[in-house]
Amino acid sequence: MKWDEFFVTGDPMIYGADVSIVLTMVGILFYLTKYKKWKWLWDEWLTTVDHKKLGIMYIVSAVLMLFRGGVDALLMRTQLAVPEAKFLDSQHYNEIFTTHGTIMIIFMAMPFLIGLINVVVPLQIGARDVAYPYLNAVSFWTFFIGAMLFNISFVIGGSPSAGWTSYMPLASNELSPGPGQNYYLLGLQIAGIGTLLTGINFLVTILKMRAPGMTLFRMPMFTWSSLVTMVIIIFAFPILTVALALMTFDRLFGSHFFTLQGAGMDMLWANLFWLWGHPEVYIVILPAFGMFSEIISTFSRKTLFGYKAMIWSMLLIAGYSFLVWVHHFFTMGSGALVNSVFSITTMAIGIPTGVKIFNWLFTMYRGKIQFTTPMLWSLGFIVNFVIGGVTGVMLAMAAADYQYHNTYFLVSHFHYVLIAGTVFACFAGLIYWYPKMFGYKLNERIGKWVFWVFTIGFNVCFFPQYFLGLDGMPRRVYTYSEESGWGPLNMVSTIGGFMMGIAFLILVYNMYYSFRYAKRETTGDAWDGRTLEWSTPTAMPPFYNFAKIPEVTGLDHFWRQKQAGKVEKLKVEDIKPIHMPSNSGVPFIMASFFFVAGFGMVFDWMWMAIAGMIGVFATLFYRSFEYDDGYYVSVEEVIETEKISK
Amino acid sequence: MAHAETHDPNTPLEYRSETGRLNILGFWIFLGAEIALFATLFATYMVLEHRIADGPSPGELFEVKSLLIQTFLLLTSSFTCGLAVHEMRRQNVKGLITWMAITLGLGLGFLYFEIEEFLHFIHEGANIGTSAAWSGFFVLVGTHGAHVTFGIFWVTMVLIQVAKRGLTPATSAKVFITSLYWHFLDVVWIFIFTAVYLMGMVMHNG
Repeated sequence: MKWDEFFVTGDPMIYGADVSIVLTMVGILFYLTKYKKWKWLWDEWLTTVDHKKLGIMYIVSAVLMLFRGGVDALLMRTQLAVPEAKFLDSQHYNEIFTTHGTIMIIFMAMPFLIGLINVVVPLQIGARDVAYPYLNAVSFWTFFIGAMLFNISFVIGGSPSAGWTSYMPLASNELSPGPGQNYYLLGLQIAGIGTLLTGINFLVTILKMRAPGMTLFRMPMFTWSSLVTMVIIIFAFPILTVALALMTFDRLFGSHFFTLQGAGMDMLWANLFWLWGHPEVYIVILPAFGMFSEIISTFSRKTLFGYKAMIWSMLLIAGYSFLVWVHHFFTMGSGALVNSVFSITTMAIGIPTGVKIFNWLFTMYRGKIQFTTPMLWSLGFIVNFVIGGVTGVMLAMAAADYQYHNTYFLVSHFHYVLIAGTVFACFAGLIYWYPKMFGYKLNERIGKWVFWVFTIGFNVCFFPQYFLGLDGMPRRVYTYSEESGWGPLNMVSTIGGFMMGIAFLILVYNMYYSFRYAKRETTGDAWDGRTLEWSTPTAMPPFYNFAKIPEVTGLDHFWRQKQAGKVEKLKVEDIKPIHMPSNSGVPFIMASFFFVAGFGMVFDWMWMAIAGMIGVFATLFYRSFEYDDGYYVSVEEVIETEKISK
Repeated sequence: MAHAETHDPNTPLEYRSETGRLNILGFWIFLGAEIALFATLFATYMVLEHRIADGPSPGELFEVKSLLIQTFLLLTSSFTCGLAVHEMRRQNVKGLITWMAITLGLGLGFLYFEIEEFLHFIHEGANIGTSAAWSGFFVLVGTHGAHVTFGIFWVTMVLIQVAKRGLTPATSAKVFITSLYWHFLDVVWIFIFTAVYLMGMVMHNG
């Protein structure tokens, strides 16, 4: 392989990206060295097993990926703004819609939600950490390394271009030659390991680490939604693991699972992909539902309406999520009977979802509503998500789907559910729990600007796409003719897209502005909250979370205590030494070996892949022989940290 | 992280520490994920089983003798693994190590015959690239074989730790978890035996 096959060449935008990557790297290295931050970086972040810090790193990575995926989106919208544009060629456009979809789902939505789950769930259940803190670090670093491996594809070797669904035979060696598609397979595979481990970790954490008195039906709704999500992860992700592995074998080792030769079956890929892929969309929407439940309840000053109905509808949704996958390819020859069955199961999902929508509305009914920014995002969610849901039911009708399939109607539908559902929730949750993570709120006035610019931009961008779809504009086309008449609505859509981009910039500015100027919180209860995460005496909980594990007496325990004027003060005699896990650099090193192995596989350099895998197993064996039982935080240190007088 | 220890003599050693209890539960859940993984591979094989292109069909090449030897070795190893855990419950380190060593020996024997069988198939003109059916066969059975290989390394590591440290709540939990893993591989083999080999041969000869 020559160097000009290794590096992507020929496009000025790529050279620009090369330069900016090198400059950023040099800048970071310079900063860390000049201010002697290397040790700080290693001790505080790279080796941490603290769920709150891992959560923050997940969220920071997700915001970076939101930027990357967002730039992809704006490049596409620029190309489509006018007919016959020459901004991107077809191959480049294909690569961009592929990376946009993959990054937004796998490397933005999931880590953003998992990051918030990491920060919040142990606090909500009154635990000092997760069940397996070390494993939690392995989860984060494998996700991060998978994301980085996928992202370097656009400067080294070339990006995948077969769509985030990577249907065969389009994704085969014949039609997608080169390393691009391998990046997709290996990046997702490595990140998927982390997700599966997160699933097991948080399922056990929620089942076994709850504070005394917190029965299952006293858990906050966000914790419940996380629990259900983890169950879906545990059963859905192994399917993706297998599907990716089989395609990797097809591409690297000449097997015939999905190929046209050797009697392979291309539809098998579509089935396996969506057997994971549909549960996946519930993995990214259920935690969002949980967050909106918390926020709407807090800012309506009311207990969540229909608590148990909320839980049962989530369990129903989780069950249904495995029974609808065929609706992604009604037009690909399944036959009338099969289509009918999956059409009905798909529509049935609307029922538990509708139950949840009404429960949120009834929670607000006769509540004292406070229009804070997290609440605005939640209200925006209800309205916009219903639009996405209703068009989803339209798409669920198999016969009608022949009209909508692969058009912008579908594109608009899933952006209405994924943006108005997941992305709105990420913003709402980030703002709501920001004081828990950083000790101050984001500025509310700037935050409301972000909400309005983003929400209006979102509707300007995607509402016209319903009509473009009904008018026959297919998805994944890099240009269209003047005569098609799709020009004006596309221009409107592009303007909306850039409004969302501007809103993102204002959000980032708000982070900077609030870091500089926001008033620091003096208590742990920034929003007059209801659940245990707000009961810590300091704004940011200490690394051990709770000096004394709370005893829970009912739903919204902290809120009831406040209402009764009986919030417990921490007493010196209650404090006992606290057992905590030790930091470890092994997860980071293990993930680095995964990178070596993945990179080797991408370029089919087996010596490198084998060397990397030997490294991975070496770290596993090292860990097996390591007997580190953690350490105890002394009573004096706890007293010092909690600032209580003797 | 949580550290409550139970000293009730009726509680098995591996369940006495909080870490042990959490790790065992987590491993059961991991086995749930493994079931999903193997179920996907089984489904794939069953869909592709008859798509043999110009190559031989799997049922044509399967041989009863090799199959029975492999099955006998692996099923027996599951039994000796159970005996090892039984010795562990009796606090008998020597018995534990002896039975586990026998388990590993049987596992190695299983691998020897499996690899020999694979080489035989390849010699007969059936490799991973021959047809969709053979791709499915080699990846399903090979994934099981890779699990057994990993298990042999893993159990060896744990036995070294038991030899060095004796039976503690930590080491006994590790032994118990590896035993769950080993029994699980045995269960998967029973499905491979039935769904791949027996049905393949019956379909071909019957």
